[in-house]
Amino acid sequence: MNPLTKFLLELQEISILIWRSVGGLVRGPRYFVETIRQMDLIGVGSLPIVLLTGFFTGGVLVLQTFPTLEYYSIQNETGRSVATSLIRELGPVLSALMVSGRIGSAISAELGSMVVSQQIDAMRALGTDPNRKLVAPRMLALIFMLPLLTVAADIFGIIGGGVVASLLYNQEASVFIQSVRSGITTEDIIGGIIKPLFFGLIIGSVGCHKGLSTTGGTAGVGRSVTNAVVISSIWVIIFDFFLSKALQVILDIGPM
Amino acid sequence: MQSSETAEYKADIEEELEPTALEDPVDEPDRIMPAIEFRDVHLSFDDKKILDGVSFVVRRGETKVILGRSGGGKSTAIRLILGLLKADSGQILIDGEDITDYTEEEMIPVRQKIGMVFQEGALFDSLSVYDNVAYRLHESGVDEDEVEREVRRMLSFVDLEDAIDKMPDELSGGMRRRVGIARALVGDPAIVLFDEPTAGLDPPTARTICELAIKLRDLQDVSSIFVTHEMNNVGYLSSEYATVNEDGQVLFEKEGEKLCLINTEVIMLRDGQIIFSGSDERLRHSPDEYVQRFINGKQEN
Repeated sequence: MNPLTKFLLELQEISILIWRSVGGLVRGPRYFVETIRQMDLIGVGSLPIVLLTGFFTGGVLVLQTFPTLEYYSIQNETGRSVATSLIRELGPVLSALMVSGRIGSAISAELGSMVVSQQIDAMRALGTDPNRKLVAPRMLALIFMLPLLTVAADIFGIIGGGVVASLLYNQEASVFIQSVRSGITTEDIIGGIIKPLFFGLIIGSVGCHKGLSTTGGTAGVGRSVTNAVVISSIWVIIFDFFLSKALQVILDIGPM
Repeated sequence: MQSSETAEYKADIEEELEPTALEDPVDEPDRIMPAIEFRDVHLSFDDKKILDGVSFVVRRGETKVILGRSGGGKSTAIRLILGLLKADSGQILIDGEDITDYTEEEMIPVRQKIGMVFQEGALFDSLSVYDNVAYRLHESGVDEDEVEREVRRMLSFVDLEDAIDKMPDELSGGMRRRVGIARALVGDPAIVLFDEPTAGLDPPTARTICELAIKLRDLQDVSSIFVTHEMNNVGYLSSEYATVNEDGQVLFEKEGEKLCLINTEVIMLRDGQIIFSGSDERLRHSPDEYVQRFINGKQEN
């Protein structure tokens, strides 16, 4: 099978997976408790790394851009540039990449191990649909939690930037905060939440698909995990570009 | 007997003996309808023929032992019965119902009738023994008192009541296998599928598993398929039967002068085809060289 056919086949299978788990949500049985548990594992569990990522990214942004802005005598706009970069791009993408590494690998490993130990077959034999019991709660949890995580990352990023600006570059906190507030628009915030919705869908569907299609024993599980993380990360980055363009057009976002 | 009773008795017998159209699926299958039927089933994976025109029938209350070398298609046949795989051609019928082209949705009520014992037990390792055995009941939302009663009943059938709160990784291979059997039997399925249930177990434990299968066959009228490649199991299943004495104890007796078992037959698969079908006596006296080598454990030249 040539690469293009393989790719289209994968795309077809992922679409079917998404369709079946969405169908499960509509028709039930709905695994409400399981979904809440996944939200806790995915959302609360990923909070530390996402906050850390946000904080240091915001910090390094100010670290690197402040000298350039100062050169053009617009260093008072630091807050604005950091905030818009984080909210539009870095918050969503970096949070998604962190979550892809942490949760994408966990999901594909867990489901892959269940496949190779015949637990998925046992589940089907006992009358439970794995798409409803396993896939749907994880996808829902990701789609719901990733925007929340992104917002948290953005906030901590702005804080991180502010800390660097005031401690390293001696900018007045009020100047920084004022600049942040003037720079954030509603469209930016909306865009910054729509992106994680899509990223959550990507990470969830790729992770579940790779897990459930594992073959070849424990080595196969390793392969599935690697593929899940790599493929969902790449897709996040590619989607980010097209989503950004689409949002620019739809939300009519002008220059920073 | 009174004349009205005689008339009623006669009517009952006539009802039992009435032939039933095989095309109509029935809710209460009578003894004439086969529990499982394969009609000319073919299945290939990536150009390798796994099942090549396989046809057989498992009657109600019968145990079919499927023998064959590893990878010969035995486990595949079981997975086809459960609808975990789809055949390339042919028909598969469960209690007269043609399930060959059923979707996942349509298979769900069919699977309620079937219990499957997987090769390694396939227990859910994040759930305790209790939750594993109770799985089907929890999914159907059954009341917790009822669930506990049923779980304890099943675990005592497999003699593992003490393990009720343990986790799968705390159990030995044989115990896991027995919990798998208990889980499969919840809901009293009329059909049970055993996929190499004694693989890798020591002889006494393997014997225990066979005794469970015999109990199901003789005391609970279960129709089953027993996939194996160990000849000891064939011996136990085809020549021993279970009875209950006055104290409620289960005893295993060998067939002999008093009776001869006809409810257990053997099929041998080779390269996806059935090369033998019949009783275990005929198996032992089969003129086929391959069969003889398989039974006696000699390597092929």
